[in-house]
Amino acid sequence: MLKVEEQTPVEFSSELLAKFDEIKSRYPEGKHKSALLPLLHLVQAEFLWVPTSAMDKVAAYLNIQPIEVYEVATFYTMYFLKPQGKYALEVCRTGPCCLVGAEKILSHLENKLGVKEGEITADGLFSFRGVECLAACGFGPVLQISPEYTFYENLTTDSVDKLIEDLKNKI
Amino acid sequence: MSRKLLLEHINVPGINTLEVYRQKGGYRAVEKALKTLTPEEIVEEVKKSGLRGRGGAGFPTGMKWSFLAKPEGVARYLVCNADESEPGTFKDRYLMTHIPHALIEGMIVSSFALGAKVSYIYVRGEMMPQIRILEKAIAEAKAAGWLGKNILGTGYDLELYVQPGGGAYICGEETALLESLEGKRGNPRIKPPFPAIAGLYGCPTVVNNVESIAAVVPIINDGGDEYAKIGIGRSTGTKLISASGNLVKPGVYEIELGLPVEEFIYSDEYCGGIANGKRLKATVAGGSSVPILPANLTLKYANGEPRLMSYESLSEGGFATGTMMGSGGFIAFDEDQCIVRNTWNFSRFYHHESCGQCSPCREGTGWMEKVLHKIEHGHGSMEDVDLLWDIQRKIEGNTICPLGDAAAWPVASAIRHFRDEFEWHIKEPAKSQTQNYGIANYAVPIEKEPVTEEK
Repeated sequence: MLKVEEQTPVEFSSELLAKFDEIKSRYPEGKHKSALLPLLHLVQAEFLWVPTSAMDKVAAYLNIQPIEVYEVATFYTMYFLKPQGKYALEVCRTGPCCLVGAEKILSHLENKLGVKEGEITADGLFSFRGVECLAACGFGPVLQISPEYTFYENLTTDSVDKLIEDLKNKI
Repeated sequence: MSRKLLLEHINVPGINTLEVYRQKGGYRAVEKALKTLTPEEIVEEVKKSGLRGRGGAGFPTGMKWSFLAKPEGVARYLVCNADESEPGTFKDRYLMTHIPHALIEGMIVSSFALGAKVSYIYVRGEMMPQIRILEKAIAEAKAAGWLGKNILGTGYDLELYVQPGGGAYICGEETALLESLEGKRGNPRIKPPFPAIAGLYGCPTVVNNVESIAAVVPIINDGGDEYAKIGIGRSTGTKLISASGNLVKPGVYEIELGLPVEEFIYSDEYCGGIANGKRLKATVAGGSSVPILPANLTLKYANGEPRLMSYESLSEGGFATGTMMGSGGFIAFDEDQCIVRNTWNFSRFYHHESCGQCSPCREGTGWMEKVLHKIEHGHGSMEDVDLLWDIQRKIEGNTICPLGDAAAWPVASAIRHFRDEFEWHIKEPAKSQTQNYGIANYAVPIEKEPVTEEK
């Protein structure tokens, strides 16, 4: 659920705005609203979620109404409307992956991280959720990690454990 | 070995780079098309090839192109549909990951044929790695003069951009995709007008699947007639099949259309049989939306003749005993899989992905999910099976876009072929929580019906 009254102050860096400009140039004159989805991805890569205040700024940048941004951000599932762990693990839970054990991976993650789907671990490092088909059915079970959306395929409980350890040691 | 047109060089190291792709004959189609053919001649070759849209609907690509309106002074667009999100389908992701230039080459030839000066590849947002691969390949192609102003000195200009989606299955529907590309919610549009008349920004637009566009390259290189010689009947050429589920070797395979289904599942050249020595229980042959078939009807028609991997053969028997080619997402279920659980899973998917515009789909998908959840978890009643049948029947055909049909078909076909298993869940609620119904008699071939005289 989107909470419009909540305000987390954000600043867009000049590097980010330069990327905005490049994306805006891809569309014909007057059709710059097309840049909205890519811009929201850039915002999420920067802040790891999409605060309402950032949506308002994107609206101002594209010279459109804030509601036009809210309705898009709430329609598409990739935009996080609240903060996530530094590593947001998204496990595919659709049919083909379930045939090869995706449900086991989800419950294993819950035990391993000690949090429920959608919650963040106490150290702020991890959150996870089940998502629908990621188009990697032949290599299932799969999970992806935003914001780079790196894919991890043919998961087993052991490979998930190793992945979590590797991510913990990265910092 | 069958002929490979798209994946011929898949194992060549560095085939994702322009240099190696060129060494293997890449971009010949661009040279041939731009220097020796007119746009009309290219459309004619694609028509002759018999190529049918590889995204799922199977509509002839050349015919779709010929519908494109060409009013004076109005821009035309080619948009590639790389929103691949049909459960069971991952061929486009595979192609873009390993041979990105095949798509770019196809985009240049197709854009030239349609008179597009700016083209977009709409890639589903989750495929950020593929977006990065494509953007790198586009930069390479542009630096080498295959994109940009005055390509090969022919005076033809083309800019190609990659657009990320936001994670919505519905954006694979072409008008929802166009809405999304315009920066809006992915709500499908009412047709007509079709995109060929009023598409992106209200301009004439063609939307084609990744594989369809990549297939234009061999069609131009070898000619439409040569392409049409491959395959069987109206199913011409080769097709990428994404194989998943309980198979020894899941993955992406390029097949000549007309390959027997049995060979595809069991031969070592393809899937290598069912994993862990188990038996096949059922398949979904063309992505989650198409009807599920029990093993016997997967391998053979009701009359016992072998079923082939082709548009016509897979749909032989209609929905009573057949299915559809769809997007080529082939999902195999072994004897330990529960059809009720899988149907519930698919229904949850369609409920999650319904855009919410049409009441039958918005309400019906959620209702089916709830009823199936109830049955799967041991709380169902016999009326629930009839209720499910009733709901799916009221969704099908009553929505703006085919998502409603796609949600209804898996439920309808599961009840049609596996009603016993649904009823077992209801009669044995406790047992169904710990045991599988198993393969039952589905592996026994159906006897040929004796023809009786009508009195």
